[in-house]
This record gives sequence, C-alpha cells and structure tokens, in this order.
Amino acid sequence: MNWLKIFYSRKLRNRIHLSWMWISLGIVFILPMSLFIGLMWKSAILLNQQSIFDLLFSSEWKPMAGKFGYLTFIVSSVWVTMIALLIAGPVCLLTAIHLTQYAKSWVLKIMAPIIDILAGLPSVIFGVWGILFVIPLLANHIGPFFGKSVSGYSILAGAIVLSIMIIPFILNILIEIFQTVPKELSEASLSLGATRWQTIKFVLLKKSSAGIVSAFGLGMSRAFGETIAVLMVVGNVVHLPSGVFQPGYPLPSLIANNYGEMLSIPMYDSALMFSALLLFVIVLIFNAISRLIILRSSH
Amino acid sequence: MHNSVIDIEHLNLYYGKQHILKDINISIPAKKITVILGPSGCGKTTLLRSLNRLTELDASVKMSGKIFLNGQDLLSSKEDVTTIRKKMGLLAQRPYPLPMSIYNNVAYGLRISGRRKKKFLNNRVEYYLRQTNLWEEVKDRLKEPAATLSIGQQQRLCLARGLAVDPQIILADEPTSALDPHSSRMIEEKFAELKSNYTIVLVTHILRQARNIADHVIFMYMGQVVEQADARDFFDNPQEQQTKAYLQGQFY
Repeated sequence: MNWLKIFYSRKLRNRIHLSWMWISLGIVFILPMSLFIGLMWKSAILLNQQSIFDLLFSSEWKPMAGKFGYLTFIVSSVWVTMIALLIAGPVCLLTAIHLTQYAKSWVLKIMAPIIDILAGLPSVIFGVWGILFVIPLLANHIGPFFGKSVSGYSILAGAIVLSIMIIPFILNILIEIFQTVPKELSEASLSLGATRWQTIKFVLLKKSSAGIVSAFGLGMSRAFGETIAVLMVVGNVVHLPSGVFQPGYPLPSLIANNYGEMLSIPMYDSALMFSALLLFVIVLIFNAISRLIILRSSH
Repeated sequence: MHNSVIDIEHLNLYYGKQHILKDINISIPAKKITVILGPSGCGKTTLLRSLNRLTELDASVKMSGKIFLNGQDLLSSKEDVTTIRKKMGLLAQRPYPLPMSIYNNVAYGLRISGRRKKKFLNNRVEYYLRQTNLWEEVKDRLKEPAATLSIGQQQRLCLARGLAVDPQIILADEPTSALDPHSSRMIEEKFAELKSNYTIVLVTHILRQARNIADHVIFMYMGQVVEQADARDFFDNPQEQQTKAYLQGQFY
C-alpha cells in the first residue's frame, strides 16, 4: 500500500506544479491579447468616425476640429528609428566583431560590465545628455556646417540619443551570438588558407546571419517604443518633418505629452488609444518580419 | 633513413604558465602515414595544431624552437601564415562543415585563393567529391546546405574540402572519433590510398587504428616524445618501458 500512496501523492504534486505553470503561461499569453483587444475597443470610436486611410495618410492634426491625421507622428517615428538604427548598426557589428574575434580576452572582460551599465541606465539620463551635449552640438556645429540655422531640437537629435541607447542592447545580443559560433568552424576556414577577415565575412557573419537580423529587429522594436529620452530632444512640433534638422513628434511622445491633459476634447482619448494601437501593430510587424527572415535563413 | 618533410627541433610550447610541449624533436617522413599516439592530455593535438600555426590564435600560447617544412622554418618564417596553412589540410575531431552548400564547401578554399571560373570550380568540386567517395551520394543535392549530410558524409566532405586547396600534408586530429564504424573504416581506407600523394599526420588514441594504418609512430606522454620508430619496430619491439606499458593497455 505504501508505494501506492507515494505514487498518488507524487502524481498530485505534479498536477499542482503543472497547473502553476499553466497559469503563468496563460498570463504571458493573455496579457498582450487583452492589451490588443482593449486598445482596439477604445480606438473603435475614432475608427467609426474616420476612415483608416485618412487617419494614416493625413497630416492634419486638429483635435478641436475633430481632425486626427497621424502622418506626422508616423513619419517622425520611422525617421528617428531608422536613423538611430543606421548609426547603431555598423557600430554594434564592428564592436562585436572586434571584441569576440580580435581583442584579447581581458578587453571583453572589462567591456562587458560597461556595456551592461550603459544598457541599464535610466533613459531620462540619456535625455539630459541629449539636451546638454547633442543639442548644442547640432545647433552650434553640425547645423552651421551644413549651412543651416537650427535650434538643435530635431529628428537627428532624437536619433542620436536613441542610437546610443540601443547600442548596448544590440551589442550584448551580437556578442552572445558570435560567441556561440564554434571556434573550430573558424579554424576550419583558417586552415583552408582564408585570412581572418575572409573567415569573419564568409563564416562568422554567415553562420550568425539569422541572429544578427533578430538582434536588429529587437533593437528596432525597442527604439520605436522608446519615449522619454526622445521626447526631451526631438522638439515635439506637430508639423510633417521635411529634413533631419527639423523637429519631429514621434508616436510615444504624443501619448506621453497629452494623455490625461486634454481629455475634455471629444475623441481625444480615443485618438491617443489609436496611436498606442499603431505603436503596438508596427512593433508587431517588425517582430514578424525579423522572425520570417530567421525562419527562411534557417532552412 | 627517411626522406622527411617536417622536422621539429627543440619545440617548446607554453599555455600561460603550463608547459604543454616539452622539447619535441621529431621528423615526419614524406608520403607515409605518421601516427601520433598517446593517452589523452599528452599534448598530441597541440603538437598537430602547432604545425599549421593554429596554436598562435590563442594569445596566451608561447612557442619556441623550430618547425621545418621542406627545410624552411615555419615559426620564424616571413611567409604569410595563410600560405603555410594552405600546404596542410586539417581534419578535426568532429566535422565542421562551413555554413554553406555542399558545393561551396569544396569550392571555398579555391575561391578564396582567387579561382573563380565556373567551369574550373565545377570540375574540381566533382574531382574531390569523387576522391572521397561522396560524388554518387551528393551529386543531385550539391546546392543543399552541408549540414543536411550525415556525420560520416560531413567528415568526408571536410576531407574533400581540405584536399581541394591541394595541400602537401594532411593533418588529422582523431578524425574518426565522432564517426560510426563504417564511416571510420572508410576514412582509414581513404588515408591508405591518399598516402601515395600526401604526407599524413594522424593523431589518435585508438591502438587498433594505429596498428592498421601507421607507417611511422610517435608516442607521446605528458608533453614529451617517449619513442618514435617505424610502425613495425614500434609495435613489435618497443624500446621504452612506458611504450610497453601503453601497448599492453596498462594506461590509456
């Protein structure tokens, strides 16, 4: 009888632990779903009144008149994110290659905590750094260099601050990816008479191509949603930007600046919810694309 | 005596403060199979890797002494290290196919040395895949990733890839340790064929393998060369006490 008792109690315990796991899994699964449904529901009021085409492709933003065109915000977000990625991309790739392939091991040992600190800094600090350093740099040096008189608060300022913020994030992933490529694989290439650089190009980068794509995909999602640091330097002017020295107004800033303030205006609440929905969907699309690329290259 | 290709004189290798190779003096005969035999951790792999200077990839490795290849010292050589490495094909413990197609794996070494003519590459790829008995198995799937091959096929592909750069020497580091018996035998038979054109240096701890294919044996223990002799002398009439003990299976 004794063994029977143990059997059942063990089975019971298994059940209990299993149910905990199911609940946790459920939370992880349900949370984004409910978020999405909630946002849809809240922005339905706006969507019923205006066509989605007008919302996305008009830059007329007059909440008092009930006109909500998101083009300014979408364009600002895309510009800031893309330029940030353009700056961060080469820096991350070259740094990761150097740290994992060329540098002596103590260099990585020193750099790893520095990268972690950079990744963990509160974003408001990057915002302050942007105001104190990047803005004057743009206003006094880079702007005049291109023959422009600018305030400094601009798409470019937002992108520079953002790039510094996503560099440690992407760099950490890249270093990890490059370290998982077996040393023997590089040695195989070297023994065939390849130079170090040829080995990096044809073996290391090729082997980790899917990982590189996903690292940049994750960095992009992060950059797209980053709010406070960008908000502090980007200018926040509702005007379709026509150049990188012009101020912009990205989607997260729109929400952060306005939510809870002008809710007496009809539909404003719903309009902000729609911008949140836009952010959600765009990040989702980024994720889907990078996943697709990973899937395709792993076959 | 032998017509030797590689002569090593007073080679010492330190890894940090560890003395891994202690005063190695050996010569490796041309167009024969030289087996480096010994228990694990005795430095045989390190000795093999020092031949094509893979050891210097690790910054904490310090080497002294001389390694002569055809009379030219590799360690003090002004020659580009890639040129030296092209003279030796390496077969590792496990196959590491490059992350590309079967075809490109064999063509890789040719391409990086600047041979790009399609016709030439096709011809060479087929030739070396035939040399390693792979052609019939893979001729319809040359564009597929090399990782889709079985382990045994992958190891033969690695051999084909190494032969394609036309080396003078084949370095093999326990090349059959990850393989099934059938594939192992195939590699061994291949080596026996290849020795008419190449000098083969094989690291192994499998006595049976050494007895089967060795022409010349170097026995190592604790970073030192204990005995080196022709295979027949070595197995039938070992001189050193440690060699006798090892051959009788008293330690591994």
